[in-house]
Amino acid sequence: MALVSTPATLERAVPAMDNAEVLRIRNDFPVLGQLVNGKPLVYLDSGATSQNPLSVIEAEQEFYEQRNAAVHRGAHYLAVEATEVFEDARQTMADFIGADYAETVWTSNATEGLNLVSYALSNASLWAAQGRGDARLKDLAVGPGDQIVVTEMEHHANLIPWQELAFRTGATLRYIPIDDAGALRLDIAAEILGSKTKVLAFTHASNVLGTINPVQELVALGRQAGALVVLDACQSAPHLPLNVKELDVDFAVFSGHKMLAPTGIGVLYGKQDLLDALPPFLTGGSMITTVTMERAEYLPAPQRFEAGTQRISQVVALAAAANYLTETGLDRVHRWESELGQRMVAGLESIPGIRVLGPAAGQERIGLAAFDVAGVHAHDVGQFLDSRGIAVRVGHHCAQPLHRRLGLTATTRASAYLYNTTDDVDAFLESVAGVRSYFRV
Amino acid sequence: MSLDQLYQQIILDHSKARYGSGLAGVAAPAGASTGQSHQLNPVCGDEVTLRVAVEDGKVAQISWDGEGCSISMASASVLSELAEGMTVDEFQAVIGSFREVLRSRGKIHADPEILGDAAAFEGVARYAARVKCAMISWVAAEDALNQAA
Repeated sequence: MALVSTPATLERAVPAMDNAEVLRIRNDFPVLGQLVNGKPLVYLDSGATSQNPLSVIEAEQEFYEQRNAAVHRGAHYLAVEATEVFEDARQTMADFIGADYAETVWTSNATEGLNLVSYALSNASLWAAQGRGDARLKDLAVGPGDQIVVTEMEHHANLIPWQELAFRTGATLRYIPIDDAGALRLDIAAEILGSKTKVLAFTHASNVLGTINPVQELVALGRQAGALVVLDACQSAPHLPLNVKELDVDFAVFSGHKMLAPTGIGVLYGKQDLLDALPPFLTGGSMITTVTMERAEYLPAPQRFEAGTQRISQVVALAAAANYLTETGLDRVHRWESELGQRMVAGLESIPGIRVLGPAAGQERIGLAAFDVAGVHAHDVGQFLDSRGIAVRVGHHCAQPLHRRLGLTATTRASAYLYNTTDDVDAFLESVAGVRSYFRV
Repeated sequence: MSLDQLYQQIILDHSKARYGSGLAGVAAPAGASTGQSHQLNPVCGDEVTLRVAVEDGKVAQISWDGEGCSISMASASVLSELAEGMTVDEFQAVIGSFREVLRSRGKIHADPEILGDAAAFEGVARYAARVKCAMISWVAAEDALNQAA
């Protein structure tokens, strides 16, 4: 009998993640081994920031011990070594999201990436008005009468930069509302988006609701309107296979610290022709061709958007984090976390007085759940869980308008990652079940 | 430190039966001088609007509206019950003492003789993230008192 393996069957042959594998993974994360308030730490706040495996910590240390130098300048050995690992890391991150090398720009985090795009667009208006730069800037420029469209579920980082872009340019900001279950109203989106829409910005996966948005449909609406499509991939890039070219978005952003890397490093993806046409956001050293006392000419992307000495050690550590995730397999990570998310929601729904935000149990969601406990403020819930060693996030999770829409000011959110077991989720659920009786409601 | 030392019975009780709560429905005593202050903690969304009425150099009434965690709501309730009948100077001294305890990171013990039920918030001082929850209504009271007195 001939054995023919197609890629699909090969993929199926890779076993799914299980608790035994997660326990091995946990050995790579020193911080997870500690006791908190006398209890084993149950870390369920990876949606806010994730923990670092040894390979990431060591990559940063190794850089400082063996290669530290400024990149793209200096003719000495260390400068060459540093530049090499810095640019290798760019290729690693480009591969990680299905982008090309020159389309992968370093930022401090997703917030900076979104501000970069929004400022580049208002700079486009200024340049176009004075006939400076690429002829396409006339089309990219945002001005009075134009529309910027976001959604009601956005993190403040993907809302406020667009509010401010609207303020600077005279454009109007509109938003796609959600329904009571937390899904985007695509019917209303179709009404809102039109020829005046210059930008459509939305999150891939909600940091509060856990929903995965229908990127394909939204991109289609954006294309129809001729708008630039900006994807906030903060809660997707760390957790599921992401391919920006397949999704056909114009820009995408994510943060390293949510994907096993240190703070202070993030990625902006932009289509090559757009990045090369847009004016820079920050200006200064390392991003120029010719400088006179009067003016400067700028390099193409990615250097065009990387003014000043870069975060080299963090870049190297970010690539190590991406390698860690790739080796584990993001499709496997995604499936495991989806299971944890379902376990959370099913468990929470069975506890009296708990209201889970977003999709009900059985419907697609990423590995997080935000919820309200009737009669108990989220801060008290978080404090109660902390006393049992369980780390969750409390508050509005940088999504005030979404909370207001749901009639809440603060909620509690548990968010899992590849290092969480089903025991973690069960310990969390058991503690949540005790909250209301502790606070006597 | 155990959770029960933070959430003392007095705090849990006051977080539910909130003394002085309901600003809109309660008029200040006729002839009293009033001050009102709104305080917001943007980090967690805790919010208090508190009115102090002063008559003949004494705190005649405190009324407030608020939304927030049990610590913040209980603190506003305890404060309101404690302050009524105090002279302005006495109340200012109590506010000072409360602040000193809360900002001490647990190093300064609360004197129940001075702080009464508010001494129950001593444990909050050891939870840096919760100090503002306990303080928000006291900051509002100090501000309102300065306007009224």
